[in-house]
Amino acid sequence: MNIHEYQAKQIFAKYGVPTPKGIMVESVKDAVVAAETLGGPVWVVKAQIHAGGRGLGGGVKLAKSLEEVEALANEILGMTLVTHQTTAEGKLVQKLYIEDGADIQSELYLSVVLDRKLEMPLIMASTEGGMNIEDVAENTPEKIVTIPVDPAIGFQGFHGRQLAFGLGITDKNEQKNIISFAQKLFKLYMEKDAEMIEINPLVKTGDGEFLALDGKMGFDNSALGRQPEIAAMRDLSEEDADEIEAAKYGLSYVALDGEIGCMVNGAGLAMGTMDTINHMGGTPANFLDVGGSANAETVAKGFEIILKNPNVKAIFVNIFGGIVRCDRIANGIIEATKITDVNVPVIVRLDGTNAPEAAEILKNANIANLIVGDDLGDGAAKAVKAAAEFKGK
Amino acid sequence: MSILVNKDSKVIVQGFTGKEGTFHAEQCIAYGTNIVGGVTPNKGGQTHLEKPVFNTVAQAVASTGATVSMIFVPPAFVGDAVMEAAEAGIELAVIITEGAPIKDMQMAKAHANKHGMMTIGPNCPGIITAEECKIGIMPGSIFKKGNVGLISKSGTLTYEGANQVCNEGYGITTAVGIGGDPIIGLSYNQILPMFEADPETKCIVMIGEIGGDLEIQAAALIKEQITKPVVAFIAGQTAPKGKTMGHAGAIVSGSAGTAKEKMEALEAAGVKVVVSPADIGKAVKELLG
Repeated sequence: MNIHEYQAKQIFAKYGVPTPKGIMVESVKDAVVAAETLGGPVWVVKAQIHAGGRGLGGGVKLAKSLEEVEALANEILGMTLVTHQTTAEGKLVQKLYIEDGADIQSELYLSVVLDRKLEMPLIMASTEGGMNIEDVAENTPEKIVTIPVDPAIGFQGFHGRQLAFGLGITDKNEQKNIISFAQKLFKLYMEKDAEMIEINPLVKTGDGEFLALDGKMGFDNSALGRQPEIAAMRDLSEEDADEIEAAKYGLSYVALDGEIGCMVNGAGLAMGTMDTINHMGGTPANFLDVGGSANAETVAKGFEIILKNPNVKAIFVNIFGGIVRCDRIANGIIEATKITDVNVPVIVRLDGTNAPEAAEILKNANIANLIVGDDLGDGAAKAVKAAAEFKGK
Repeated sequence: MSILVNKDSKVIVQGFTGKEGTFHAEQCIAYGTNIVGGVTPNKGGQTHLEKPVFNTVAQAVASTGATVSMIFVPPAFVGDAVMEAAEAGIELAVIITEGAPIKDMQMAKAHANKHGMMTIGPNCPGIITAEECKIGIMPGSIFKKGNVGLISKSGTLTYEGANQVCNEGYGITTAVGIGGDPIIGLSYNQILPMFEADPETKCIVMIGEIGGDLEIQAAALIKEQITKPVVAFIAGQTAPKGKTMGHAGAIVSGSAGTAKEKMEALEAAGVKVVVSPADIGKAVKELLG
């Protein structure tokens, strides 16, 4: 789960990680009031969306007067921001963060991420702040310092020294400041079950202080149960409405731009089904994993969500029952045809636990448009053919 | 022969008396797995599924001589359970539970390593040595005995692959579902050499997916150490980018993570890579003749 910059900075503040002062607002009027409260003389007006690259997209701008704050708030609030991390449609800006301008002497980069290979958190830092870190890694990898921190021992003095010397910081006061900054950031990374914290840029001010000018945080979804304060920061308007609706029923759904709706159990088989359809000349309309506890109701819901997509020309139900019982899926399909108007061909392949019972149930139900697939390859081929024929009608 | 577990493996179940633990332990016993008892705190001394229940893993190990534990405890307690097993002298913990916090698994795996305990999972179907020992939630009936070893990140693709192999007239030595979480126990590079060393295994099926670079590491190992034929499928060729992977995390392992890159690395290592999971069985047939 990701959060907004202003929320990340609220967490930073609690841990004593220095940030410029700022206020989140949702209207132009409040933006001006916020700017007055902060005092100026320079402010930054920042779009709050869950994506990086906001500055380049025109969503972060400097204001030197209250009039400019008002004009910029007017311009940015309600705009659709397209960055390299959003889709081509972009994201609607509904919140602004009005922030004090900082006295920037230099820009750095600092992040804490999980290193899957080392199986521990990794602090990454670079003198090349404000740039796309992927580009830095590609072009000048020597400018990135990486420091793995074993959670069993935590952030030690030597980690701090590696960081400070790695960034070429020689002033003792500045060394003390950057080490303290990173230590606090690591503490919050661990205590809040963060998956990723990225500060780009981290700025050094004229008096040798370090400030988080930006803040991006992602959290481990599996740990949200014990992090109620973080869970409460979830902004549903930043997420896909169909994905949220599907999740309520234990379904994992991602919309794609093809024509064959897919309903599969297990993430791996779901991806494998999409790949097979693609390989046979069709295009998948979605990823949908019905999960381990699929029943008639969730299957019916899955049909409803898939059919909301007007591009869908056929639906391929591909189940290999382990924990999921095929007879329950079969009943779900029948249920779905009663509740929802399924006007496209449905190709069903059920294998594994209780597959013979399921075949019997479907046979007796006499559903129009239903085609049985013998195995994965056969089912996918029939789905591609049926979608093409349906399109031709 | 087989790898890791066989009919003589003594297995306990952590989270034995819970709904999931009970259901699957029963299925495992029916399959022939030598389940010697289980652990549920405060239920020690009771009998469940005709097996003794213990309060701690240490007591269970002392009393039964168990070396393997199948873990079904709820996600919030998985880390704790794995560390308890490690300290009690368990040699292999099979972690079925889905949704364990990543931080807990980092700590638990480091502790398991320290005590020399191997782990499989979490969030996996488990391990099965065909017609001998099933430790997990897979439908046992599809795994016929044979000479193909199988390693997979995905549960249902494990079943799909095994089913195709058996439908072609071959069978399985051992199938291991390693799980798809960011922190997992045994992976390709520990299991591939075990299959290489197992005289009964003649061919290996490896199923991977997008994200991380375990498959790339496996390709390097296969090139140097594996002489047996390998069939591979990588799921997610058509998956949209950036849907699950964190932004900054992506650069740690370079640009790794796409299906295409993994497939190319495996092909370059001499692996028979199939573009659809529907072709796994046919590919095995081609290689084994």
